[in-house]
Amino acid sequence: MSQEVKIISKRFDDPKAATLDGYLASGGFQALEKALTMAPEAIIDEVKKSNLRGRGGAGFPTGMKWSFVPKQSERPKYVLCNADESEPGTCKDRLILQYDPFSLIEGMIIAGKAIDSHQGYVFIRGEYRYLFDIMERAINEAYRAGYLGKNIRGSGLDFDLYAHSGAGAYECGEESALMESLEGKRGIPRLKPPFPAISGLYGGPTVINNMETLATVPHIIVGGGEWYANLGVPKNGGTRLFCLSGHVARPGVYELPLGVPFPRLLEVGGGVANGKKLKAVVPGGSSTPMFTAEEAMGLNMDYDSIAKAGSFLGSGGVVILDENTCMVKFALRIMQFYRHESCGWCVPCREGTNWLHLALGRFHAGGGREGDVDLLREVSENILGRTFCPLGDAAAMPTLSILKRFRQEFLDHLAGKPCSCGVSGRPALATH
Amino acid sequence: MADNPTLVNITVNGQQLTAPAGTLLLEACRSAHVEVPSFCYYPGLSLQAACRMCLVEIEKMPKLQTACTVVITEGMVVRTDTEQVHRARKSAIEFILTNHPLDCPVCDAGGECELQDMTFKYGAAESRFTEPKRHREEQQWSPIVYFDRPRCILCYRCVRVCGEGMDVWALGVGNRGVAASIIPNHSDHLQCEECGMCIDICPVGALTSGPYRYKTRPWEMKHVGAICTFCGDGCKTTLGIRNDQIIRGDNRDKSGINGDFLCVKGRYAFDFTQNPERLKQPLVRVDGELRPTTWSFALETVAKRFQRIKSAQGGFGVIGSTRTLNEEDYQLQKFARRVLGTNNIDHHRTADFPALATALAARTNTPGTALPLANSSSLKTAKAILLVGNDPTNQHPLLAWNIRTAYRNHKTRLYVLNSGDIKLRRQAFRMAVIPAGGEAAAIRFLNGEADSVPAELTMVGGPDPKRWPQTPPSVPQKIAEGLQDFRARLRQEQDVIIVFGAEVRGEAVRELVAFGDTLPGNTRYIALADNANSRGAADMGLYPDLLPGYRPVADAGARAHFEQLWGGTIPAEPGLNLPQMLAAAAAGKLDALYIAGANPLRLHPSAAEGLRKAFVVVQDMFLTETARQADVVLPVLCSYEKNGTLTNTCGEVQAQKRGGMFEGAKSDLAIIHELAELMGCGFGPAAEDKIFGEIRANVKGYDLSLVQLLAGRSALAAPLNETVAHRDDPELIQPNNDTLFTAGTLGRYSTTLNSVMERRLQKESK
Repeated sequence: MSQEVKIISKRFDDPKAATLDGYLASGGFQALEKALTMAPEAIIDEVKKSNLRGRGGAGFPTGMKWSFVPKQSERPKYVLCNADESEPGTCKDRLILQYDPFSLIEGMIIAGKAIDSHQGYVFIRGEYRYLFDIMERAINEAYRAGYLGKNIRGSGLDFDLYAHSGAGAYECGEESALMESLEGKRGIPRLKPPFPAISGLYGGPTVINNMETLATVPHIIVGGGEWYANLGVPKNGGTRLFCLSGHVARPGVYELPLGVPFPRLLEVGGGVANGKKLKAVVPGGSSTPMFTAEEAMGLNMDYDSIAKAGSFLGSGGVVILDENTCMVKFALRIMQFYRHESCGWCVPCREGTNWLHLALGRFHAGGGREGDVDLLREVSENILGRTFCPLGDAAAMPTLSILKRFRQEFLDHLAGKPCSCGVSGRPALATH
Repeated sequence: MADNPTLVNITVNGQQLTAPAGTLLLEACRSAHVEVPSFCYYPGLSLQAACRMCLVEIEKMPKLQTACTVVITEGMVVRTDTEQVHRARKSAIEFILTNHPLDCPVCDAGGECELQDMTFKYGAAESRFTEPKRHREEQQWSPIVYFDRPRCILCYRCVRVCGEGMDVWALGVGNRGVAASIIPNHSDHLQCEECGMCIDICPVGALTSGPYRYKTRPWEMKHVGAICTFCGDGCKTTLGIRNDQIIRGDNRDKSGINGDFLCVKGRYAFDFTQNPERLKQPLVRVDGELRPTTWSFALETVAKRFQRIKSAQGGFGVIGSTRTLNEEDYQLQKFARRVLGTNNIDHHRTADFPALATALAARTNTPGTALPLANSSSLKTAKAILLVGNDPTNQHPLLAWNIRTAYRNHKTRLYVLNSGDIKLRRQAFRMAVIPAGGEAAAIRFLNGEADSVPAELTMVGGPDPKRWPQTPPSVPQKIAEGLQDFRARLRQEQDVIIVFGAEVRGEAVRELVAFGDTLPGNTRYIALADNANSRGAADMGLYPDLLPGYRPVADAGARAHFEQLWGGTIPAEPGLNLPQMLAAAAAGKLDALYIAGANPLRLHPSAAEGLRKAFVVVQDMFLTETARQADVVLPVLCSYEKNGTLTNTCGEVQAQKRGGMFEGAKSDLAIIHELAELMGCGFGPAAEDKIFGEIRANVKGYDLSLVQLLAGRSALAAPLNETVAHRDDPELIQPNNDTLFTAGTLGRYSTTLNSVMERRLQKESK
């Protein structure tokens, strides 16, 4: 039955794996040894065969991304690791950083070999300060042991790797904003095209992948693309780290094959906490449209199935909401986050998230007015698809899905009925 | 397919359009008069896609696209008139207005605000936003710049024009999300050139100017496109006039040679016109004291005295201005030569135009041949520019802007030869730092074949340490190699524009032109002079040895031409130059000195005593050092209060239009005419157009299209004649070395420029 498949997470229980000795003892750097003997095209082919898709949110096939990088380039090429894990509900990359930093180093060297790049940066979320130190230690150890730097393990391959701490901005998880930030500028997204594979960091061709994606690469090289692909379902290769949070009995990060049915995922997490009934599910981090309990129970957790159902597998942050959750408050909480994190560059996101946050706050506090529900929807629709980067969509999509699926709760608030969270629902009082 | 491979066909709203490949969709639409609104898009600045006003539908693209960032491709099908597009525009306006204070009734921008216009055109009739708006207190960032964050729509135009356009980078963005704000990059104030470009480019009233704020409403003003009276670049400044007073200078219609650009002087320094110290009445010295009098008494006093001196065959000296109009300069020298009968006429020279005219004399003006003169805007598209001496950032802000624009848009290679660490080094492809005064030697080296660099150019520590704050390259070998590389690279360039300052004069100008002749293509020249009509004064013949159009006084043919034109005779001998006149006055050899709009005592303070020996008449706006020594002071109108023409340093002639009026003063032209009349030698009516007609017919290179001038455009005068026999007096050329905030007499009486200077001194002394 439903058991975890420990591949990426296999060292999560091993406190020694974060040291080079511990890593080597658990099979570390075998993939690198193998990759050093492979042609770059062969590495990319293996990754393509694995059907590995980006674990950051968009789910773009990793092998294909790598193959877009031009072979010849006047400027240096770069491998970037996006470890700016900031999506609410997502907490997987931090475990890799904490317990298995060498797998990332190994994955990045292999990526470097695949695209003929000799420099990499790990951009670590500003709030992960304690993990930054672990990463730095691991990089230093790898240098000392000759796994990084010039002529890695006598192979003639050069690869330098640097850890860089972000300054605490969700927006810097957007790949081009991350590059701006890494270059020392304000973390705002860039115009695309050009895409990073053509012109990325410092204008050089750049591969930028999520941390989990890169940490998966060594396993694919060792086990073979086909083996990895077969762990999942067609076009959705392998396993991934699901971050279960919210009203679940045993919150945590669980590695399961892609395509696992949602009920089984919930079961792994011990079901809804306190025996309560399931009300709603966020399938892939706070920016993804959410599902009602009925919808969720029929879902398979892979990119294509969830996309078909109208949402995204995203970053794997699955949030469980029980029957006592006030959906107005939940929408408000999400919007508070996006309003705080909007970089402010473009009008609809900057002003729209602020408007929605203020309006939802007033609404939840009992100051709702006739027409507010439609106004919230229209404002969200005016953000959707019209912003410079996906952050605007990330704010609008969950709001729209809540308004659509739980409209009745909003109407109940308007009518002054008791709120299911027990906090609101007092007689309507305007906040101002 | 397009016939021309560089053209691309697209369909917009069913209409076929063709535009060059690489054109932005927004520009392609606008060129076909299809409206695509935008706030953040600004031609020539980097793309933002931030305001989301220009969203359009493009076939085969699922989402709306920003027309300001999409480059047109063959067969692209675009719609700008669909319900979806209208909704997007409406919502963008709605979003912008959520935190906009809508304080239009008290906002400076009210009536000329892009947000007002766009709301009127594309916005919703009512506001659905009922939450509290964010408020932040207004901030003063400099004596000029005020910032009102709530009004700001974050289009980032100011940030870009300050950084990309001005290369000043004083503005940035702070905070994020709805708290994001334009901020000074240097704590709480701007470290900048106070150009006001940020204020002008602001689509709303977020950035306002200290001198103008809360003064008036835009529709209460009459807007007059005048030519700036400060430096020699000849920018158009649109004067806002209310009750004959200048309330504002700005760059409202951007139709001048300056395009988008205007500096602090063009925008704000007009306020000298209303300085309380401005002279409102003629003054005549009685019992050793200057006392107010009437115009008729003052003019009669002058005319009678001049007449007496003339009858006694006494000596006259005439000093003209570099800010008066061409017509006035022309009539002044006519007055000197024809009425006073002297060639003792000069002006404060800041560039050696006669030397350039001499060096280029052999070239003709024949149509079809390439002119060896460049106008200001040709810098913007030049392939390569050689800049010798001068610091255009301070002394020619428009030309510096044009050079930066060329560098930004065309990767123009700029070669800088200078003794100082001038700001344009940042755009330089090659920069050679030479010791102060080494320009002539450097030009000789450029034009020579010798590989060895003269020792005077490689002197260790040669560059002036005051103008070169950083450690100069101290190894002579390195300096020599730098110059050799400079020359080698420069020789590969073609169609070079050579721009040179007052450091290059006399023989060095001829050497520079000889070097220019060795470069491939059409080499063109710009000589840099400091004041608004320095070039005009030179062209109009305010020289002791040159008649209008650089025709030698000694040339009997030239003399005969003007004698016939004016009646009477012109002395055959060249006259005294400016210092010679001052010396002659001190020696008691000049009986009268007529100084029209000049202040020679600023540069020659020791001559004050000597002036008292002659009868001195000064025409000026203020009681300058020179005016204080005068026997008669006649208050005059400034350039902004007169009609006529001005010639900028490149030779571009533009019409000056009267903006303000000033009670009590007369124009220099009117005074000259009245004096001539009183001396029985009438010049006819003081009509600028008549006089300009005479100039057109009789001054080489000024036969310009009147239509063009009257339409407010410029025409390049090329006063090249067969030969110019000019006495080289290089020592007479004394540049002002103005900064952005100094400008001789006018600068001293400009409250705004002074406030900027004071603030800087305060900051420095802290």
